[in-house]
Amino acid sequence: MLLAKRVIPCLDIKNGRTVKGINFEGLRDAGDPVELAERYSNEGADELVFLDITATNEKRKTLVPLVEDIAKHIQIPFTVGGGIGSVDEIEALLHVGADKVSLNSSIVRNPELISQAAERFGTQCIVAAIDAKRHGDSWNVYINAGKKDTGLNVLDWCKEVAERGAGEILLTSMDKDGTKSGFDNELLRLVSESVSLPLVASGGAGTIQHCLDAILDGKADAVLAASIFHFREIEINDLKQAMKEASIPVRL
Amino acid sequence: MIAIIDYKAGNLASVSNAMNRLMARYQITNDIKALEQAQAVIFPGVGHAGSAMQDLRRNGLDEWLKHTKKPVLGICLGMQLLFESTTEGSTHTLGIIPGKLERFSPALDKVPHMGWNTVSPTRDHPLLASIEPGTHFYHVHSYFAPVTSHCIARSEYSAPFAAAVAYKNFTGVQFHPEKSGKPGEQLLRNFLNMAYDGPHSMLA
Repeated sequence: MLLAKRVIPCLDIKNGRTVKGINFEGLRDAGDPVELAERYSNEGADELVFLDITATNEKRKTLVPLVEDIAKHIQIPFTVGGGIGSVDEIEALLHVGADKVSLNSSIVRNPELISQAAERFGTQCIVAAIDAKRHGDSWNVYINAGKKDTGLNVLDWCKEVAERGAGEILLTSMDKDGTKSGFDNELLRLVSESVSLPLVASGGAGTIQHCLDAILDGKADAVLAASIFHFREIEINDLKQAMKEASIPVRL
Repeated sequence: MIAIIDYKAGNLASVSNAMNRLMARYQITNDIKALEQAQAVIFPGVGHAGSAMQDLRRNGLDEWLKHTKKPVLGICLGMQLLFESTTEGSTHTLGIIPGKLERFSPALDKVPHMGWNTVSPTRDHPLLASIEPGTHFYHVHSYFAPVTSHCIARSEYSAPFAAAVAYKNFTGVQFHPEKSGKPGEQLLRNFLNMAYDGPHSMLA
């Protein structure tokens, strides 16, 4: 009996529609989020992540009804993230059926938010999303959709979010994101071996082998990708079969 | 009607969505009068045992749960609260099912135990009808109930643990059936079948 490694399609949401950024810029429309969510769920996705990249607060009000709609249609866990900055916003999303929320810039600005949210809703639903960019031999934490270098060391920040009560780390390599050249396995392994939290690898998936490497070499507990699934460059089932053949525990 | 207990630690939307998919009549309630009208009770839960117990006590639901003879299904934290105690927040839980909760050691493996893990029945029980040994269910938890004679299915992470339990009219699952795809739906259907077939099926 072994805990399965997870395959997690990520859906970037803007104004209620699914998009995918190439290096966080230049967006392409890839469809209706509820329809995509159902398709992924039926095809064997283990979990889903929805990242809302809607710019204005006015349009962000569409997120809660969208999450409610998604929860009615799928029977697997899902995480919602993007611009979430308060306990009240977290509560609204969990209340309509989100299983977890991912917090990024807001917890760098206010680390107390992790502890407050974990105490109120439990650590299991608090995902610390971290955008990492290499600086020489180490990595820095970036916020504001990758625009601002915080100067924080990624490993130090991972340890802090763990201590404050995050239940999972979603680690995106900004150097790799959108390149389809493979995950940053060195970064993943460093975090996975130093922090006792489930680790979701993000940024760089282009082939099935990249995903296997993130698990076997990067020691990730889950692999997340967007465009390769949206545009059917990789079928989820093919990836999971390959994981099985590589003796990785998997849910088929 | 199935009552879904409404307290702050409940993942109510997911459970009620699952009931809708099964076309079951349900009511989300913290009113004891409504609970008394129910055929069976679902006791969901995520989060922190301490604040969950506070909320149950505030509404008198703790005493009602201890004394009810109705079929009860505890889910995740709901199942854990049926046990004797936990070290989390020094909370006194309901103490209905004998056995003490333990915490997974972060020295042995990552905590929480999060994701799809295999579950194997340890004995026949109507709650587990049509569920094959080794079926994956979605888990998220840091504490676990020990494998005892009240365990009807087990799983294993850094330690073996009770994935499903049955004791008198109480059943519980550590995983989230409402988030576990088709097998989860089957388990909830089994609970509904137990609820509507009358009390005898609870004794199997």
